[in-house]
Amino acid sequence: MSEPVKEVGSVTSIYSEHEEWKVNMGDATVHAKRMPGRFRTLKYITESLWLFFFVGAYLRWNGKQAILLDVNNRQFHIFNLTILPQDIWMVSLLLLLLAMTLFAVTSVASRVFCGFFCFQTAWVDLFTWIEEKLEGNPNKRHKLDAAPWNAEKIRIKLTKHAIWLLISVLTGISFTIWFEDAFVYWHDLTSFHLSLIEVTVLLAFTLGTYILAGFMREQTCLWLCPYARIQAVMADSQTILPAYDMQRGEPRGKLRHAGKVVAQQGDCIDCFQCVQVCPTGVDIREGQQLGCITCGLCLDACDSVMDKIGRPRGLIRYASLDELEGRPVKKLYQHPRTWVYVGIILLALGGIIYGLNHLGALTLRVSPERQPLFVRMSDGSIQNKYAFKVLNKTDKDLNVKISAEGGVKGQVLIDADKPQLIHHGKASGFTVFVKAPEENVKSEVTKLQFRVENVEDPAMSAEYNTVFNGPKR
Amino acid sequence: MSDIHNSAGGVPTTGHVWDDDLADYVNQPPKWWMLGLTASAIWVVVYWTMYPAVPLAMSGTFFEGVGLPGSGKWTAIKELAEDQKVLDDVRKPYEDKLKNMTPAAILADEELSKYVERSGKVLFSDNCGGCHGQNGVGTEQVGAKFAQREQGLMAPRLNDDDWLYGGTIDDIHTSISGGRQGMMVAHKDILSAAEIDTLANAVASGNPASTPLFAEKGCTACHGADGKGMAAMGSANLTDKVWRFDGSLEGIKQTITYGVNAGDNARVAIMPNFTAAGKLSAVEMKKLAVYVYKFGGGQKAAPVAVEVAPAVEAASAAEAAPVTAP
Repeated sequence: MSEPVKEVGSVTSIYSEHEEWKVNMGDATVHAKRMPGRFRTLKYITESLWLFFFVGAYLRWNGKQAILLDVNNRQFHIFNLTILPQDIWMVSLLLLLLAMTLFAVTSVASRVFCGFFCFQTAWVDLFTWIEEKLEGNPNKRHKLDAAPWNAEKIRIKLTKHAIWLLISVLTGISFTIWFEDAFVYWHDLTSFHLSLIEVTVLLAFTLGTYILAGFMREQTCLWLCPYARIQAVMADSQTILPAYDMQRGEPRGKLRHAGKVVAQQGDCIDCFQCVQVCPTGVDIREGQQLGCITCGLCLDACDSVMDKIGRPRGLIRYASLDELEGRPVKKLYQHPRTWVYVGIILLALGGIIYGLNHLGALTLRVSPERQPLFVRMSDGSIQNKYAFKVLNKTDKDLNVKISAEGGVKGQVLIDADKPQLIHHGKASGFTVFVKAPEENVKSEVTKLQFRVENVEDPAMSAEYNTVFNGPKR
Repeated sequence: MSDIHNSAGGVPTTGHVWDDDLADYVNQPPKWWMLGLTASAIWVVVYWTMYPAVPLAMSGTFFEGVGLPGSGKWTAIKELAEDQKVLDDVRKPYEDKLKNMTPAAILADEELSKYVERSGKVLFSDNCGGCHGQNGVGTEQVGAKFAQREQGLMAPRLNDDDWLYGGTIDDIHTSISGGRQGMMVAHKDILSAAEIDTLANAVASGNPASTPLFAEKGCTACHGADGKGMAAMGSANLTDKVWRFDGSLEGIKQTITYGVNAGDNARVAIMPNFTAAGKLSAVEMKKLAVYVYKFGGGQKAAPVAVEVAPAVEAASAAEAAPVTAP
């Protein structure tokens, strides 16, 4: 083959795009350096919120698990609140709320979630922290990786992987016990009585954690995570993100060259500390890029170097594109994109608050028989059949009495005279007939409202609007 | 991930060059891909030994797996049987109870009657819906499609409260297990056209006894002096708003003229004997009785249980007498 053809135009240039990607393609393990600093401390604090993931499921409330997403029995328990499938729309609003919070935060300060809160970031940070404790600083780790296998290397690696696996198993267990009683699960686990699904979930989460946090690390963020890819949609030139001040830093150059102090050019001394601390191995000086999870660790590194060489901090700092390029910087409230997200957040929040206040203890659903819509009885009267479903959201069985409002004059409720027993936590069904004299049935469809109320507590009631069907007039 | 995807040089080509500069690199497939291919090949062998793989044309059987633990000997039909067993195990406690219970006892038991209401739907659709219609709404035989025998309702509606042979749970059960056969002689040779016209008008008005012909011509023998019918014979109530066949004046004339189950042009009203047909088990017939009762027209049994079993004999004994009606 001859020399590569000189590229002309924009179409051929996409083929060499990869040459400009300054991301680790997985060829080498990124061994990031740990440097103390403001953002490092902040990251430790935000990541430690995940401790709740490990301990939260053990919280008890009134003798039951405080937070239990009981998918098997199709109900969520959150302290005193029980959410049954009928109210699941609130969960979708909650998801919307969380997604929009993510969007709003991203539009203001870029990938805050990725850098400080994401489980992938947190678990990788924990895994590499363990790695550093066992194998030493990044230099030593690179050397150990390259070194031939010997007893010492095997010992270190075995210990590391054992601890990683232990954390992974704990992660798998901690995930599962949000969905079933934590203590029952531990009992089943220790007596080897897990169901197939439980074993599968445990294995999947154990392996997932071990592989994603132990081996794939930043590759997960680069190639697996969809959120990393859509972030660009939410950020714009007003969004602040960790950025290198090119005007101040360039032209970069080493402070000393061949033992001599070089006439200082820009403030960047090309020390590569920002690259070395980066958990995804990117060079922030290339500008905002896919690989950057905006965790701020390069700010710590650069600030510490600036302190040492006596230059002001902030060569790498949280700044918007507007600020860096010298355009007027708008105020936070002048950011319409964020307002749109906040608006959706408020809508979702309003929906959830409405829902929580209108959960009710009883829910009534009535479906009129559809085949036939009505039956003509021997005395000429018209009878309709209704299937009742009453959902009892309290934790006690109760009796309800049935009444109807509206409908046809002279109508009689059949099979509705005695109270119906409604079991707690599920829907009970029964049938009620309504019979009305034909001469009073004035139209094909007459509005009818059914009402059930707790015999002992009439305030606890539920209504349902339906119709009484009659012959064509 | 370490493969060079767009290398310009350094990688050998196959040696063929088209269009001056187009050539194939001899890059190895990625390692993960090769591993996947190898794993797939191994899996094929394992799968082949674990599951039936060789169909035999002659015997219809096939090579059964070599019996790796918990796998070989698998067949789809066995899996179906296992799945069905899961269902049967759930139903068994109910079905066992039903065996020794009377239909009335089943109806009185809230849990069992709910079970029957659910499981009876399929039974009804398979065995009864053909004539009585889905959910017992009845099947209308009108229009060109039924030109051969346009008689209005093919079989009685089951969700109203009008019963030819009685509407208590036991009556319904008797009708299912023993079958029913309507009976009314043709009056074309007995009554004049004018008489038929008078009677039909009286019946259509809802008060058949308003014409003296009703008693004179012997209608009362089956339909009763007041025209309200007799459950023991299955004769129709002529005073209510529910019509067995066709409530129009023409329809009533037709019924009187040609009768029921009485030869040419007669109405047909035959319910097969499901015990004799052997299609339904005793439990299934009990289930159906409860299911039909719960359509909304079932009648509570009188405090003193009236023995209704002789209804069948009564009907057959009264063969000579005209029974049943419009």
